[in-house]
Order: sequence, then structure tokens, then C-alpha cells
Amino acid sequence: MILTKAQYDEIAQCLVSVPPTRQSLRKLKQRFPSQSQATLLSIFSQEYQKHIKRTHSKHHTSEAIESYYQRYLNGVVKNGAAPVLLELANEVEYAPSLMARIILERFLQEHDETPPSKSVINSMLRDPSQIPDGVLANQVYQCIVNDCCYGPLVDCIKHAIGHEHEVLLRDLLLEKNLSFLDEDQLRAKGYDKTPDFILQVPVVMLCLLAVEGHIIHWIESKASFGDECSHHAYLHDQFWSYWNRFGPGLVIYWYGFIQELDCNRERGILLAACFPTDIITLCHSTA
Amino acid sequence: MVLAHFLGGTVCFGRKMQAGFHNCSPAPSTLSPAGGYRAATARQRPGSSRESMGTARTAGSSRAPPQGAPEDGGGGDSPPWAGARRPRSAGSPGRALSDPPNLSNLEEFPPVGSVPPGPAGTKPSRRINPTPVSEERSLSKPKTCFTSPPISCVPSSQPSALDTSPWGLGLPPGCRSLQEERAMLRKERSKQLQQSPTPTCPTPESGLLLPSRTGSLTVEPADPARVSSRQRLEVVALVYSSCIAENLVPNLFLELFFVLQLLTARRMVAAKDNDLEPSQGTLDSLESPLFQSIHDCVFFAVQVLEHQFQILSYLDKGTLKLLAENERLLCFSPALQGRLRAAYEGSIAKVSLTMPPSAQAVSFQPETDNRANFSSDRAFHTFKKQRDVFYEVLREWEDHHEEPGWDFEKGLGSRIRAMMSQLSAACSHSHFVRLFQKQLLQMYQSPGGAGGPVLGEASDVLNMLGADKLGRLRRLQERLAAPPSSGGPCPPPTFPGYQGFFKDFILSASSFQFNQHLMDSLSLKIQELNGLPLPQHEPADEDGESDVDWQGERRQFAMVLLSLRLLAKFLGFVAFLPYRGPEPPQSRELQDSIVALRSQVPPVLDVRTLLQRGLQAQRAVLTVPWLVEFLSFADYIVPLLDYYRSIFTLLLHLYRSLVLSREGEGEMCFLNKLLLLAVLGWLFQIPTVPEDFFFLEECQVDALEVDTATSERGLDSVPVVDQQLLYTCCPYIGELRKLLASWVSGSSGRSGGFVRKITPTTTTSLGAQLPPSGHGLQAQLAQAFFHNQPPSLRRTVEFVAERIGSNCVKHIKATLVADLVHQAESLIQEQRMTQSQEVGDPAQLLEILCSQLCPHGAQALTQGREFCQRKSPGAVRALLPEETPAAVLSSAENIAVGLATEKACAWLSANITALIRREVKAAVSRILRGQGPEPAARGERRGCSRACEHHAPLPSHLISEIKDVLSLAVGPRDPDEGVSPEHLEQLLGQLHQMLQCRQFLCPPAEQYLAKCSVELASLLVADQIPILGPCASHRLERGEARRLLLMLLSLWKDDFQGPVPLQLLLSPRNVGLLADTRPREWDLLLFLLRELVEKGLMDRMEIETCLGSLHEALWPEDFSEELETLTRLFLAELHLPEPQQRACELVQPSRGTVLAQS
Repeated sequence: MILTKAQYDEIAQCLVSVPPTRQSLRKLKQRFPSQSQATLLSIFSQEYQKHIKRTHSKHHTSEAIESYYQRYLNGVVKNGAAPVLLELANEVEYAPSLMARIILERFLQEHDETPPSKSVINSMLRDPSQIPDGVLANQVYQCIVNDCCYGPLVDCIKHAIGHEHEVLLRDLLLEKNLSFLDEDQLRAKGYDKTPDFILQVPVVMLCLLAVEGHIIHWIESKASFGDECSHHAYLHDQFWSYWNRFGPGLVIYWYGFIQELDCNRERGILLAACFPTDIITLCHSTA
Repeated sequence: MVLAHFLGGTVCFGRKMQAGFHNCSPAPSTLSPAGGYRAATARQRPGSSRESMGTARTAGSSRAPPQGAPEDGGGGDSPPWAGARRPRSAGSPGRALSDPPNLSNLEEFPPVGSVPPGPAGTKPSRRINPTPVSEERSLSKPKTCFTSPPISCVPSSQPSALDTSPWGLGLPPGCRSLQEERAMLRKERSKQLQQSPTPTCPTPESGLLLPSRTGSLTVEPADPARVSSRQRLEVVALVYSSCIAENLVPNLFLELFFVLQLLTARRMVAAKDNDLEPSQGTLDSLESPLFQSIHDCVFFAVQVLEHQFQILSYLDKGTLKLLAENERLLCFSPALQGRLRAAYEGSIAKVSLTMPPSAQAVSFQPETDNRANFSSDRAFHTFKKQRDVFYEVLREWEDHHEEPGWDFEKGLGSRIRAMMSQLSAACSHSHFVRLFQKQLLQMYQSPGGAGGPVLGEASDVLNMLGADKLGRLRRLQERLAAPPSSGGPCPPPTFPGYQGFFKDFILSASSFQFNQHLMDSLSLKIQELNGLPLPQHEPADEDGESDVDWQGERRQFAMVLLSLRLLAKFLGFVAFLPYRGPEPPQSRELQDSIVALRSQVPPVLDVRTLLQRGLQAQRAVLTVPWLVEFLSFADYIVPLLDYYRSIFTLLLHLYRSLVLSREGEGEMCFLNKLLLLAVLGWLFQIPTVPEDFFFLEECQVDALEVDTATSERGLDSVPVVDQQLLYTCCPYIGELRKLLASWVSGSSGRSGGFVRKITPTTTTSLGAQLPPSGHGLQAQLAQAFFHNQPPSLRRTVEFVAERIGSNCVKHIKATLVADLVHQAESLIQEQRMTQSQEVGDPAQLLEILCSQLCPHGAQALTQGREFCQRKSPGAVRALLPEETPAAVLSSAENIAVGLATEKACAWLSANITALIRREVKAAVSRILRGQGPEPAARGERRGCSRACEHHAPLPSHLISEIKDVLSLAVGPRDPDEGVSPEHLEQLLGQLHQMLQCRQFLCPPAEQYLAKCSVELASLLVADQIPILGPCASHRLERGEARRLLLMLLSLWKDDFQGPVPLQLLLSPRNVGLLADTRPREWDLLLFLLRELVEKGLMDRMEIETCLGSLHEALWPEDFSEELETLTRLFLAELHLPEPQQRACELVQPSRGTVLAQS
């Protein structure tokens, strides 16, 4: 799903101040029926993350934390079964999972006096049964299962998606009989930067409407939508580094990307939304 | 004398042309192609310093300044190198001012035509002085006198004022007029300096007239019938040609360029006005100028070209075509035209043009780049970052350097310096320098490196468009872009294309450490390449060494030569960078002290020895071109230092000795010579090389005679240079073609024409082929064996040995060392078993392991020997020709085995222990970190049957679906939201499929799925899942719920391979879900618990413990009681014989009755 910048902007426009809930996603799908759900979810997630990055600090002032905690306490005193924490998060436009973390941290601080370690908090978020307060456990759990952009469950889904696409790509490479080195092998050899796959024999990828092809030495799988922000970060941290070491290569954004970002073809960074169909391999003359 | 004048000044000549030939002045033509170009080129040198130099040189450089000129008197004894400036005495006449007007004076004789000459045209800087040729001296030193200024002592007896020399011109007027001209030039220059001290762009000197764009003027056609003094011109042409042939001119191509200028000179005449022909009477007078008309010029030029036909015939095809098509040439000498045409048709010297590929980065090679090559993690990671910064900077440069207003220093300087300080802190300069140098070589070896886009090939464009359109096209080009000229026939050293980046990088980095490392690295690489045993041309065998081989060898030579030139250029640049100054020291004292200071500094690379060795081994064709690049960056002091002076002298001697017409056994090949003449001629024009050096240096041939009487034929006598290489090394030779092309296009000036960029085409990497070190007699025998075999045999054997040796090491790593690592792993595991997970101090453990394992390393040598023995012969056999004699073959195989073994064993014996240690250490830390053995060793756990097509839903999809169900159950939800029982069933079915396939499953996903499935079960037990459908209660049928629970149980039992957190089913939170339902229903929980026990998923004790701990939580009283009942009920069943039956009974009754019954 390759979108033009204009198309992308139109979608992004609809995502301003939308809470990351099940319901929001449903509405978004109705609004853009022609786009794939995965693409929409990926864009939504990225846009929401940008929003959170922008506003993160204002939710972490001690005043803000104190006020959230008081509101939480007041809420659960009134009705422990009501979605107090979730509604609080939605009201202040903050991610429910992150709100749960703030409150949990504050709660543990109050009860243990020593600030809880990060690993303890993470563990409790992963398994709220460990939270000593039953009401808070339920509230936290509710936040986590209702948050579709943050939280341990979402992280796991994202990780799984990434892994699945790497496997998919590996299978495609095997199917095409292209031999490669994967990340683990590269790391074992001591490479300092490791794309998902380095082709042991480069191939030429033919592009639609272009006469000449592009040589590819490596392939990176990205199970997300390539928007400007993430693409630039990836370019800086990964893709150029790969180019600097291995030459030109291909990035597959499985959930599509903004067309205008595919501007480094001549330089040696190619973008695609699926595994290329037209590939030319080095011919071995079988004498 | 005439010749000297003659050689002295294109510029003045040009100016005269502008002035027209109206006045027959006895003033001699003071031609100075060199001077003319020098002026232009000096101006274009990088760094403004050179400019002032150029001008200073011109003003003060007159070796024959007017008498009594102040600068002469002072010095007394001028430094020997800087040139003896001595009062000119040869026939300095006392002629008064009643002379004819000086045509050279621009003020008096403004140029004809509307286009004024460019300022640079009037700035000759390196002017070759007129030399009065006395009979004595012409006898005694016939070889140097024509183009040299008089040497230190003046012959006391002067020839009479009226010169009877055959050169035709009387000396007196010449000298006088010359002095005048110098004075005028000086005046002119100072004027211009005031006006524009720093000319911003190089202006091509306008030795020739620009075409008039007014309609009334036309180019005067040249007519052989109207040549004024044939005989005299013929003689001069002969002498001039002899000077060229004997290398008595400082720059061969400069002279050719001048001749072609004459050939293509234009003179504008009004259409009607042709009557200014000098009268025949004056023509033969010795007093008349040599060139009185355009006809004279062309005649002379054609005469010279006839003499120089041999050189011409070696020029590239495009130039030959332009020459052959020149109508003037045809008109003056049809014979020459015919020969040129024949040469053109027979020529294969097409200088090809290749499309530039985009820049490639230096690839990461684990052998040299991984962590093992760095002293610390920090150094490794610093270098990792700096590598990326370097390319980032390079990319930014690519994007911006052509933009107006972009400045390297402003744009990138601070980033580069930050990078340098990082590298200094991490001591990683050597790594970076290696990257820098490799990238430099790589970019320049790739054809795109030479520079920007290419306009097109001149001759082809000519063919396509025809002459008239070409002119228009050219003007269009002029408007579109700045002329891509390489800066005349003698351009200053420049850094075209990517080289500019590397140069500016060095300047911006301004890091002492970096420069030092760079010089070290460049020097080493230069020596390595210079010493490369380049194959000598083999005398053709019966079948003739195949063309392919020959092409390959030529290509290899070109590649090595171009790489050397590039490296040497940068070495020269960096080495002389600290000494670069705007101009030579002003006073003699200052100069002496600097020279004294510099004399004791050892040269950065012992180039003199390399040169001497190169000459001795007859490898000048390889050594001299890069040495010239190196020296072209010398500062003003360098030529004054004894060390370098001797190099210059050697080079001059070499230059003189390269007489092109001399052929025969042992002589250097023609094109090899031509290349050396071109680069040396170019070097002699560099401003820092003292201008009079060429003429002053007494070539004491005997002293400098190098012993070239070696037995073997050196590289010099092998035709390794072709036109492609010649033009690549000396793009300025292409100026000849441009000049001719601009004649065709009807326009003048050397800014125009079509520039064909010549780029190197070799891209293969340079492999150092150092001869292997051998010892003793065997080594000598091996050497002797190769001596009489084709060089390809030696290359093959060395190559095989090198590769097999290296493969052997890798093989040992992968087998022996890997086995030892496995042993280490199992030893650790054993120890863990026995000592109950406690392994103890890792360092101690490592020591124990190493002491056990390292002795096994000794096997490496035996295994290595065995490997080389096994592998080498086959490889040698495969690579050598089938027809190789058996004895030769087996010797070659044995040598290869020996060399490979030597290489492998040397490495292994030195490194095997360290290697084992390193690998074992890595294994230990891996195990201690709990990673377990390497992924490969872990064994394939995932993987479905071969028949599986992996159509199961993806794990991520299922997690996400289950998450949705969980969120619906937990709420908040809209009233119309819910799930259908079918959906739940389908979901669990998919989960089953997916867990069977496992193709896309990763451990964290499985873990979360297990956890979510347990949560789902808890929600089912607590009846918390909102159900869509006809059932008004939105509750699940109990039978349905049980079916789903059974599916989950089966998943947990059979499908999940990781641990399932079943104890969560009895966590207070999940059991607490029951507390909220009214009426509470315990039957499903009881059912689930029984099934867990039944299926062996949990044992009773475990459940009992969980139930027990549940009581500790705070519950509503009634809930506690019910929980108590459940526990009792569950425990009671422990003793019943048929739990299955009991369970059935239990679930039979309707909701809410279970507890009542109990």
C-alpha cells in the first residue's frame, strides 16, 4: 500500500486526538474502507506515538502525577469497578498503558517507600496479578487490554509481526533460491551493523517503468508503514549504515510507505511494499 | 635566437595578430606558448598564493631584464638553482626610439574586432627568453642553446650586431623590442593587478582572435600561394622541429599546441580590404618578421606538423580526424593530409567513454573490521559511528558541493573535526585512514570518479551535427555551463570530482594525527604498488600469448599506475601542506635559513631511491608518472633542497633522453615515452619548479647516467601505455583536439570545444601480490623454476597458495576450534550438574577450560598441513592450462602446497592458542549469561511437517484477536458489542492450527498466547465474556463453555511447547472475577480443575497449594465460604475412584445447584 504524501496526510489528519482504543480503530476503518487495516493501524500507531512523544513530559511533572493519582483514588473509592483509570487516560489524552504505569509507580512508591525498580513495574504490567492491590490490578489490566498502541501486549504483537515478516522474507528468499546470511549469522561473524539479510550473491531488482534495474546487496524487513519520521530515523540509524558497509539494498515496508520517500534509489536505498517480483540473478553458465 | 623568440610567445604573436598585419614591423615575434599558458595557468592554481607568484614571476622573471634593472644589480651571485640572472649583453643594441611602432603594445594597437582579448592573454608569465645564439656556443653546446637562456657566463666575444645566423632576423631589433615588450608587460601587469588583484575566474588567454560577430568581417582564408618567405619558414620549421624532436623544449605538447594555434589562427579582414599585403620586396629581408600573414602562420604550422607526423599519428582518433579534416592543412599539404587520413583510418586509439556508476562504499570485511581488530569495545563502537559519519558527510558533499554558495568548511567542517577528536580519543585513526584511502582509491577507480557529467564525444558530435550546427551548440553550451575546460594545455594540479572532497576533508579535518596516519598509509601503499611484480610482456609463443591475457596485463598496469598517481598526489599534497606558502622567500638569507632547516628533515617517502631503482629496473614508465604527481605539490623550497634537486636533475636527464624518433632494441616504447614526456613537460611548468631549471641545469650525463644495462627487459620496453591511459593521465593533451574542434565550430578560444572526460575504466580491486618469503635452496629453486615459466604460472601458484593457506585457517576455525568450543560447553554443563547450577568464578573457569583444551591446538598444524596437501594440487591443476607438462605441473603443485602450508602454519602456530582462548571465553560468557549454546547448536524446535503450507493464521493476528476478546470482556464496551460462541471456537481452532504449524511463531509470542489463553479460560469460568446472539442473557451456554474449556485444555496439553502459566487460573485476581457474578457459579471452575488434574497439566498438590493461598486474600464473607466449599469438594474427590464419572455428575445439574448439593 504505497500512499502519496497527500493521501497520507489526509489519513493523518483524521487521527489527531483520537484515543488508542478499539472503538477508534473501528471508526477509522469505516472512514477509509479502501485502505488495508494493517496499514491503517500502523499509521495510527505511529501518529499516536508522535503525539505521545510530544506530550510525554507534561504528564510526568510531579504535579500532574499527583493530580492523576488523586483522581484515581477518588474514582475507585466511588466505584472500583468503573473504568476509572482508562477514562482518566482518555480524558487527558494519554496512552492508557502509560497512565497505568504512572499510577502503579506512584502507588508502589506510597506503599513501599523506596521507589520501585523498573523491572518490578514491567513485570507487574505484564502480569497484573502480581499487583498487591486487587482494584488497581483490575484497573491496570483494563488499561492494558484496551490500549492498542502501547503496553506489553501491543509490544508483543509488534514483535511478533516483525518476526513473522522476517520469516516470510526468509521463506521467499529460500523459495527464490537466493542464498543469504541472516542477522544471527552476521552477528556471529562480528559485523557491527546487521541488516535482516545480506545476499551472498547480489541481485538486480527491476522496477516498474524503469529501464535499468538496481543492484541489491541486502534486504531489511520493516513490518510497519514507512512514514517520514520513522523512515528518516531508520535511514540514519540503519539503512545508510548498511549502505556504507554493504552497498545498495532494499527495504521492504510491508505495510506500505509514502511514495515520496523512495527518493534514494540512485544512491542505493530502494523501497518496496512487498517482495519484488522482477529479480535478475547472476547467471552461472553451466558448461 | 629567432628560435628562442619564436618559442617565446604565443601571446605576443596573438596580439600581433589582433593588431593585424598592416604594419610590417621588424619587431620580432616573441612567441611564448609556454609563457602564455603559464600566465593563464598560474592564475588557476588553487590558493591565491600562486597568483601573485605568477605575476611576480612575470615581472621579475626576465632572465634578460633591461640593463641596469634594479633587481639585477643587487643579487650579485644568484643562487645556482634559481637561475643566473645576468645582464643581457648579447647584442643589446643602442637603437633609438625611432623604431616602428611596437605592435605588441595593446595601448597603441588595440585589437581588431569587437571582442577585446581576455586579460590573461596579456599576462605571459613563463616567458622563454630570447637567446642570442652565438656561433661559439651553438657549436659547443648545440643541444641546449636554442631554447635555453644563456648560461652563467657570457661569452666574451659577442657576435657582431648584424647577425648572420641563419635564423633570419637581426638580433638587435629583436632584443630591443623584447626589452620594450617586457617593460610594457610589466606595466601592463601592474595595471591589471591594481584593477583586479584576484581574478575570479580563469580567463583563457586570447592568443587568437575571437570571431567577429559583425557581418562585415570574415576570417581571412589562408592561401599557400601568398606565403611570404617560404624558404626561410622552411628552415625555421626544420630547426624548430629538431628542437622538439630532441626534447630541447620544456614541454612537447605545449609546442604542438602552439603549432596548432598557428594552424587555426584567424585574422579578420574587412571583406573588401585585402590590399595590405606586404610588398614582395620586403619579404625576404632578414629584418622582416617571421610571420607576416596568416598564410605564413599556416605554412609554418603545416611544415612543423609534417616533421612531427610520427607524434601526431599516435594521438587519439578524434584528434586525427579533426586534423585530417582541417581544410587549411589539406590546402597546404595534401600529402600530409593523406597520411593523417590514413593514420586516422588505421587508428584504433579510440579513447572511450564509460558511464559513471554511483559511488560505492568500502565494504565491511569481518576479517579486518570486526571487534577482534580493535583494542577495546569503545574503539570498535567509535569507529562504527565514525564510518557512518564519514559517509554521511560524503553524501552531503555529493548533494551540495555544486550548489552556489555552499562551503565545505561551513557545511561539514565542524562535523569532520568532531569526528577527528572522537577518533583521536579512541586511537582509531589507523582504521579510519584505511577506510579513507580505500574509499579514495575505489572512487577513483570507478569511472565516475573523474568528474561530473560528460557532454559528449567531439568527433561524434561533429559527425552528427556538421560544422555549422556545432558552433551554435557550442555557444549554447557556453551559456549553459561554465566551460569544462581542463585549463589549457598546461593546467595546474587540481582535484577534480571526488578528489575535491578528499582534499577538502583533509583541510577541514586539520588533524595532525590524521595526516600522519594518512601519510604513513599512503607511503606504504605506494611502495607496495610500485614494487608490484608487474608481468613483463612475454615474447609471443608459437600460438602467441592470447590477446585476453595481454589486455588484462595492460589493464592491470593502467590500474596500478592510476592508483599510484592518485595516492602520490595525495601524499604530495599532505606532505607539503605545512610548507605551502604564497610565494618563495623574498630574501636570500631567509631562503638559506629555510633551506638549512628543511634539509635536515627526512623526506616523507624516499622517492629518490624509488626513482633510481625504477630507472635501473627500466620501470620509469611506472615510477615517473606518480613521482610527477607527488612533486607537483612541492612548495617553493623543495627544488632547492639537495635531495629533491637531484631528483629533478634525474628527471630532466630522463626527459632529454627520451628521444621519440629513436627506436630499436631495448628502447622504451613510443607511447611509454610520450606519456613520460607529457607528464614531465607538465611538471616543468609548475610554478614552484624554478622556471630556468630546464635551461640551466647542466646535465652531467655521465654523473647521472643510470646503469640501465640490466639483463632483463624492463617494463619500459613493454607497450603498456595506450592512448586511453595517456589521455587519462594527461587530459591536457585533449586540448589539442579542443583547439581543432573550436576551429571547426567557427569559434575560438580554448574555453570551448567539446571536452571529453577521459576516465579510468578499471575497477577491480588491487590485490597486493607480495612475493612469498621462502628460505634456503628450495626457495631459490622455486624462484628459478618460475624464471623460465610464463608469469601466469607464478601468479597462479602464488594465488592458490595464498587462498588455500587462508582457507586452511578458516577450516581449522570451523572444525577443530569449534569442536573444542563444544567440549568446553559440555564441560561447563557437566560442572553445572554436579555443582548444582553454581559455576563459580568465570575467570577461573576459563583458565581451567583453557588449560584442558589449548594443548589440543597442536593438532591444528597437522590438520593444516593435511588440508593444504589435499586442496592445493587440485586448484593448481584446474587453473593451469591443460597442456602444461606433467613435470611442470607437479612442481607447481608442490610449490603451491609448500607455500600454502607455510602460510597457514605460520599463522596457526602463532595464533591458535589465542584463538581457542577467545572462542572458549565467548562460549563461557554466553552460557553464564544463560543464552545457552549458539542458535545453530540449539537444535530446530520449531518446524512443522514438510507437507505444511503454513496457511495457519499468524501469531500476531491471534494475539490481537484474543486481546480484543479480553478487552471486550473487561470493558468498557458498547451495549451492542460482544463475541459469538462460534467466533470463540474458531479462534481456539486457529490457535491450534497455528501452534501446530509454528512457522511464524517466536518464543515471546507463544508465551503471551499461553498467558492470554489462561486469562480467556478464567473469563470463561467466570462467565464474563459478553456473547452476541439470540440468548438474551448475553451469557454463554454452559455446554458451550465447557467445550471451549476443553479446547483450551487440549491446547495447553498438546500444542503449547513453552510453559503455560496455569497457576494464574487460581490467582486471586482471576478467581475474584467470580465474585462479581450473581449468582456465583463454581461448577465450571471445578470442572476445569478436575480436567487439569486429569490431563496431568497440574497436580493436585499444586492446586491445593493455590487454593490454600487463595484463602489468605481478603474476600467478602460469603465468597470466602463458597471458596471453602469448593476446596473441600475438590479435595474430597481426590479419594474417589472414578473422577471422570463424578465430574459428569457434577456438571449435569443446572446452574447454581452444585453447591447446594454438596
